[in-house]
Amino acid sequence: MFPRPIPETAIWQRRLYVVLVVGILIVWLAPLFAIILTSFRSTQDVMGGNLWGWPTQFGLVDNYTAVFTQTPMARYFLNSLTITIPSVIGVLILSTLAGFVLARYRFRGNMLVFALFVGGNFLPHQIMMIPVRDLMVRLNLYDTMSALIIFHIAFQTGFATLFMRNFIAALPGELFQAARAEGATPFQTLVHVVVPLVRPALAALAILLFTFIWNDYFWAVVLTISDTVKPVTAGLANLRGEWISAWNLISAGTIVVALPPVAMFFLMQKHFITGLTMGAVKG
Amino acid sequence: MTKLWRRHRWWLTPTLLILPAAVLFSVVILASAVESLWISLHEWDGFSPMVWIGLGNYRELFADPQFYVSLKNNLIWLVMFMLAPPLGLAIALLVSQKIRGMRLLKSLFFIPLVLASVAVGVVFTWVYTPEFGLLALIFRTFGATAPAVLSDENFVTFAVVIAALWPQIAFCMVLYLAGLNNLSEDLIGAGRVDGARGWNMLRHIVLPQLTQVTFIAIAVTVVGALRSFDMVSVMTSGGPFGSSEVLAYQMFEQSIFSYRFGYGAAIASVLFVIMAVFIAWYLTRMIRADERGG
Repeated sequence: MFPRPIPETAIWQRRLYVVLVVGILIVWLAPLFAIILTSFRSTQDVMGGNLWGWPTQFGLVDNYTAVFTQTPMARYFLNSLTITIPSVIGVLILSTLAGFVLARYRFRGNMLVFALFVGGNFLPHQIMMIPVRDLMVRLNLYDTMSALIIFHIAFQTGFATLFMRNFIAALPGELFQAARAEGATPFQTLVHVVVPLVRPALAALAILLFTFIWNDYFWAVVLTISDTVKPVTAGLANLRGEWISAWNLISAGTIVVALPPVAMFFLMQKHFITGLTMGAVKG
Repeated sequence: MTKLWRRHRWWLTPTLLILPAAVLFSVVILASAVESLWISLHEWDGFSPMVWIGLGNYRELFADPQFYVSLKNNLIWLVMFMLAPPLGLAIALLVSQKIRGMRLLKSLFFIPLVLASVAVGVVFTWVYTPEFGLLALIFRTFGATAPAVLSDENFVTFAVVIAALWPQIAFCMVLYLAGLNNLSEDLIGAGRVDGARGWNMLRHIVLPQLTQVTFIAIAVTVVGALRSFDMVSVMTSGGPFGSSEVLAYQMFEQSIFSYRFGYGAAIASVLFVIMAVFIAWYLTRMIRADERGG
């Protein structure tokens, strides 16, 4: 063990250590606390410049109600879900199929295909921007949610295939021999043998993809302009322009944008960490 | 038909299975990247036909003072981002004690990592807000006035990078936590017998075992620094007067706001080359490490 564990018997030392860590954590999360506290402030206080003193009245309910009723935030939120969920499902399916082939079939060019999937992930997004935008314009998909869904599925499939291939390659070979001996077709093997075994990997991948896609901002501003299709990230950036100094409302909006991935993370923490460490090649 | 299928199944099935992913990825991602290189040799506004101008865009770019500002800022990002791996390791070491409640504290340290970068950008814009923000509050307790960092050419890039470091440090911390879990007990035990402690232990026994993790942490950090776009866009829109622009943002601005798609593609291509040099270095290192290991 490194660092050396503080012995169980040193109770005071242990307590002091926790206090120290909590202290550092408070500094670490101070920016977040600042935004949470601000989202509780009433508009009168914000306009009057009382941002850190004791509030004259609380605006918690008012602020969050305002975010959902006086702005298109509810719409953005729904858009984000409509974009993120099908994208995640699409990536999971495509990458499981492709990962299975790359892990289990030897053919010429296997390594090359794999390298292209991996390498594509390192590309700066800007190098794809103009042609992808142009492609969506020509397909009549520019400024629709489908444009974002198609792009996200295509891009994330690279990373996800790498992820699934490594996971499937690590399954014992006897399993596949047994399946073949039973007369299972490759497709049956995939559905009845591989998928049940890689469920943890799929869970880890799903939560990572959810976070990546939900948090995307660049493609949201490149491929959408209307409020009816914009996801929350681009929506939040818009609201900032409109509400310039209504920091209590902007803060509440920020919390709304941040909440789903944070909630996902706390619900499926173990999967998230495994996924991230296994897929760290991504960047 | 069934007979034909039976006879060719051995290669048809895998081909059909990999086809959707391969086609989608090649058409949308790979072909687009190549097409950008092609577009960069043209004058194009996105509507009219493209006009071939050879290396004209690059000639203009290398004479554009804004290009060097962006390049310099990308370099600042890169250098400052290198703080993320050591700081991530420090926090990972900090929370590696087995004490009740430590697990919860550990996961709270992760939070910046899952926040949308737009959210991080807004959070830090609020922190930096002159007169009212958290930074102003801190300065005031010490009887000073905080500078308006986001509208000061000298501070702005540093301020944005500090905001971007927040999730990046958390990312490195996650990687190091996994690495610390896999340390060899024997080597550490042997080190303790030899009297290695604290810094010496870390330097000579622990870090050598973390080489692989460090390598990955540096790689994701470099890619993260070169990709920086969201924070710049949300916090400053490249301002004041383009002083916080980076290549990714300059490219976006030239294409989307000025309709100079050829010029934008040229900037993207330069960014791509910088990234490609890095990837080549990364892959050779990885292959060499693999050979040494195997």
